[in-house]
Amino acid sequence: MSENADTPVLEIADLRLSYYTRAGEIPAVMDFSLTIGKGESVGLVGESGCGKSTVANGIMRYMGKNGDIVGGTIKFQGRDMAEMSEEEVRRMRGKDIAMIYQEPMAALNPALSIGEQLCEVTIVHEAASEAEANARALEMLDSVDIPDPQRLMDSYPHQISGGQQQRVVIAMALLSKPALLLLDEPTTALDVTVEAGIVELIAELSRKYETSLLYISHNLGLMLEVCDRICVMYSGEVVEEGHIDSIFEWPKHPYTHGLFGCIPLPHADKNARPLCAIPGQLPLPHERPEGCYFGPRCSFFEAGRCDRDLIPIEEVFTDDDPGHRVRCLRWNEIEPGDAVPKTDSRDAIEVGDIVLEIDGMRKYYEVRDTSLAAMISGKGVTHVKANEAISFSAGEGETVAIVGESGCGKSTFAKVLMGLEEATEGEIRLGDTNIANLPVRERTQEQLRSLQMVFQNPNDTLNPSLTVGDQISRVIKRFGIESDPAKIQDRVFALLDTVKLPREFARRKPRQLSGGQKQRIGIARAFAGEPKTVIADEPISALDVSVAAAVTELLMDIQREFKTTLLFISHDLSAVRYLADRVVVMYLGQIMERGFTNDVFAPPYHPYTEALLSAVPIADPKVEKRRIVLEGSLPSALNPPKGCPFATRCPRKIGDICDNEVPPEQNASARHAIACHIPMAELSEVAPVISLAEEVPA
Amino acid sequence: MNDVSAHLNETPAKPDPLWKRWAKAALLLRESRVGMVGAGIVVIFVLLAIFAPVVAPYDPNLPILPMAYPGTAAPDGGIFLLGTDHLGRDILSRIIWGGQRVLFYATLATCSAYVVGIVMGLVAGYFKGWVDEALSFVANVILSFPIMVLYVLIIAKFGASGLNIVFAVVFASSPGIMRIVRGVTLDIATRDYIAAAQTRGESPWYIMLVEILPNAKGPLIVDFCLRMGYTTITIGALGFLGLGLPPPDPDWGGMITDTRAFVTGGFPHMAIMPACAVSLLVLGFNLLADGLREVSLRD
Amino acid sequence: MLQLLLRRLGLMVLIMLVVALMLFFMNEGDPRNVARGVLGPYAQAEQLDAWITQNGYDRPILTRYFDWLGRLMVGDLGQSVIYKRPVADIFWERLGNTGILAGVTFVFMVIIALVLGVLAGMSEGSLRDRVISVISITTTSVPEYASAVILAGVFVFYLKWLPGTSSMTGGFNVVELILPVMVLTLYGFGYIARMTRASMAEVMTTPYIRTAVLKGLPYKRIILKHALRNALIAPFTVIMLQINWLLSGVVVTEYAFGYKGFGALLLEAALRRDIFVIEACGVAAVFVAVFTQTIGDIGYTYLNPRIRFK
Repeated sequence: MSENADTPVLEIADLRLSYYTRAGEIPAVMDFSLTIGKGESVGLVGESGCGKSTVANGIMRYMGKNGDIVGGTIKFQGRDMAEMSEEEVRRMRGKDIAMIYQEPMAALNPALSIGEQLCEVTIVHEAASEAEANARALEMLDSVDIPDPQRLMDSYPHQISGGQQQRVVIAMALLSKPALLLLDEPTTALDVTVEAGIVELIAELSRKYETSLLYISHNLGLMLEVCDRICVMYSGEVVEEGHIDSIFEWPKHPYTHGLFGCIPLPHADKNARPLCAIPGQLPLPHERPEGCYFGPRCSFFEAGRCDRDLIPIEEVFTDDDPGHRVRCLRWNEIEPGDAVPKTDSRDAIEVGDIVLEIDGMRKYYEVRDTSLAAMISGKGVTHVKANEAISFSAGEGETVAIVGESGCGKSTFAKVLMGLEEATEGEIRLGDTNIANLPVRERTQEQLRSLQMVFQNPNDTLNPSLTVGDQISRVIKRFGIESDPAKIQDRVFALLDTVKLPREFARRKPRQLSGGQKQRIGIARAFAGEPKTVIADEPISALDVSVAAAVTELLMDIQREFKTTLLFISHDLSAVRYLADRVVVMYLGQIMERGFTNDVFAPPYHPYTEALLSAVPIADPKVEKRRIVLEGSLPSALNPPKGCPFATRCPRKIGDICDNEVPPEQNASARHAIACHIPMAELSEVAPVISLAEEVPA
Repeated sequence: MNDVSAHLNETPAKPDPLWKRWAKAALLLRESRVGMVGAGIVVIFVLLAIFAPVVAPYDPNLPILPMAYPGTAAPDGGIFLLGTDHLGRDILSRIIWGGQRVLFYATLATCSAYVVGIVMGLVAGYFKGWVDEALSFVANVILSFPIMVLYVLIIAKFGASGLNIVFAVVFASSPGIMRIVRGVTLDIATRDYIAAAQTRGESPWYIMLVEILPNAKGPLIVDFCLRMGYTTITIGALGFLGLGLPPPDPDWGGMITDTRAFVTGGFPHMAIMPACAVSLLVLGFNLLADGLREVSLRD
Repeated sequence: MLQLLLRRLGLMVLIMLVVALMLFFMNEGDPRNVARGVLGPYAQAEQLDAWITQNGYDRPILTRYFDWLGRLMVGDLGQSVIYKRPVADIFWERLGNTGILAGVTFVFMVIIALVLGVLAGMSEGSLRDRVISVISITTTSVPEYASAVILAGVFVFYLKWLPGTSSMTGGFNVVELILPVMVLTLYGFGYIARMTRASMAEVMTTPYIRTAVLKGLPYKRIILKHALRNALIAPFTVIMLQINWLLSGVVVTEYAFGYKGFGALLLEAALRRDIFVIEACGVAAVFVAVFTQTIGDIGYTYLNPRIRFK
């Protein structure tokens, strides 16, 4: 519904897409309608399995051998795409409609140079000569802010960084100036600070070339920064659609409410108002319920009304957003205040004595350079300085978060703590013993039992060949908690109850479980021995928003029950802000800032913390954020800068001292330290990165 | 709101007994037609081998009626379904008994090679470091020999007997198996559930045998079928070259080499029958392997 | 890159030395055994001892080993017991013959295999793919000694098109080469074809091919420019390894057709305990095998763009 006289770039009406498998026809998308005007950015939001990627594939007519458009129409610039031949569609791809995917490294052909892959677009679509194609490619690389474009043209994909790869992919897509650009989670695989730059670039370019965007993501905060309108999908249908402001102010569909309830916002308090996960699970495509698909999970479900016929999508006339539509029979009856179910507040855990203390821990990996040149010069051995001078402590029942992007050394730290690696120097005191140089095989059962880990990838965390029950009971047997088979079985069931999974799962194999369920089993396994300390290494990064919320709440509940100390490793600042008591910020193996969560997330900031905070998308239109975008990329860990590791990218660099001298740790307050050369007084005067619109920044 | 936790606390029933689980797994193969054909062929040969004394119509070493074509009537009233060889022995019976010998030695040899190869592969892949380098070097040395050359050298040196053949097969095959197991082990060892086992303090042998090996099942089962085929071919080749099991007991390769002169002389059936027998059995193994691969990919 | 090359060559030399040592120990470890081989099974103990001292076989084994290596280097392969001539006379000629047989086979095998493999992998799951797969599986089920008799039955006995043996008694005759080449090619192409198919099929499902399709590139360009370059890397190694297999296959094939090649020589020498011939053949076989493996490794590394451009 654009005010332009131009025909909309994309007009989808009543689209139905299905896949054909051995089990028959599986409808992936049903009743999908959307219109995108010229220069408009529309976001498509939903969790995995909702069908958003299928829609994009359907638009490109790239559904594979098993997929097909079963009903409805897709009109591109007024022309019905169903009437186009295969050849016509091919000509449109890359020229009129372009698509960008998630993993930039995989999207580029490793055997061809960047230049070849870029020039192809204009050579094929515009019959350009090689010289012309070259010139256009260079120009485009410049538009995507690549320094030294000529050198990049001659490089191969594996020689450049992830952020640069994605810029190349964007350049490739925009080369022929398409009218419509489809983006399927383009930044999910990138670091947060890199992501911020890419997002800004996309917004800028779409304005410059007047390209319409269909932005697919699961990240509502990101949508706020890029899109004009959004469309929320659930189980193959659009459940709500409207202008971004009206949806964020007053989401009308219960699922949309639920999504917002799962996202930790800056001012959320984990004890006063915990996250409210959406109960239940996404229905499998062939198990969709009668009537409203969201019904079984909806707190406003009304039997007899919501489970009879298919729910149609209707217009909303109560706000200023003319295009706002909802698929719910009861949206009118739900008060905005009641939308998110009230969760009970919880008492804060009292933090006890110090349980874990890390003192000056250093972990260097040896790298042997076996080239002839190295052997001649005698400098064969270099070191990857994975962890440098790590010091902090954690008390009983406390949640300490370790925050950083890829390459910051947090995984190495976890490995050393668990005994899978040994520290090069320094101490790690668990209780009274130093375990820094105690590998796993030498630790006592007591030590092993008191320190356990929850892993990142739900698909790798369980042994595919053993049943869930066997895997948990093995832990119980191993740590000598019980030996009687009946009692062990009881414990297994008790643990399954704690992680809110049916007892029947004990008989199942991991491949019969969803990602969230596997992660819960991983948690059950970690807590089976009643450990005193648990390290959670990115436990929710691979999960959908609502599933992540449920798992986060589960962790909080278990921690409360067992008074466990939790070391939460993550790059997700929103989650960290929500559940951590104290935060440690790492960059290239060193600690940049550490302190209580509230202290770290407010000024004075370390410049890196400042940039990180600015980069995280926030799903609240009332929040204002200062924009700080980092240039350049992470220096190599083989050759870290002599002074401050962040000096190469720091927007507040004061001079050569940053390059040459290691910054001192300054105390901003009790137990809040910042490693920076900038005097504390100056840092304290910096305006907060995040503020609510009503407040005026200092 | 619907109560999604209704079934949360029900105690589940007992799991299926082991034999039932294996039967279910075997039935999965039904999804691949190719695999079913292969399985059928192999099963037929195995049954023939097991019941050879009952099924073979004549004594395989007894000369009855020389140079008879397939379908000729026998003196005792029966028929020589596949004819007789130059010494008058019934070819069908010789093929059945020969099949028993081949399957017996092939199975023994392949299984032994597997035990050796699995242990070497697990150790090399899990412990890495100098152990891996040493084992891999040994494997490379053995694998540098063209395989027939290796067999000829070993058998010629140590003599031809069933045990020597088994030993030669184990020696020549285990490096290949070791490589596969090592590759899979290296891959699996990076998974989080292995780290979880390590941080529980599990011993390396527990991890290798309980956590890693069961997950290597897929490629190993496929390789096992293929290797049974290769070993069958090899045993036949050794027999063909005169390095096989001593006469007069039938040996497919030996049967071919003894009667091939008669091919151009007008009696091709004597050599072609055992040639088809070995090809059919190996085809069975290959089809079965392919079917298993298809099914395991679909999992 | 250079350093990688040197490492691989070094490894190759090491393997060769170990293998040569093993061969030497196996055959000449026991001096009496050697003596008996030369003088015949009826020689008496004193004759054996005399021969041993006469020919220096009473020296320590390692000395003899290095001596032998030295002689190999200059081409002195010893004296054949069976043929009563220097081994070198027969050896090189036989090796050359096998070279011809293997060479011709190799050409046919590789071309057929690559074409079929690419065609199958391009259209994974289609009828074409299934037919090619079934053909490949079937041909790799028929060993050389089986196909030799079957093809002889068809072409020599029934159709009478081709001669039954290939001993080239009347000088070099291409027609006599046909059956042995057919037998070897039939068995050999299947494996390469299946590996090529697998590689091609895998490449066709990669994200970068998806990118190429969504860029709107014509199908032909996607296959030729984007897919093949990546798909043919793995088959290259496989093809090099097949040379190793060829050396194995010629043993049976040459014996079956009476072709005077290296494989037949090895077999005969092994059966009749002609020690020096065995050693020469063994070393040669392993040399070719290890050399091609090294080329395969180096080639794979070179072709892989991630390693070539570091």
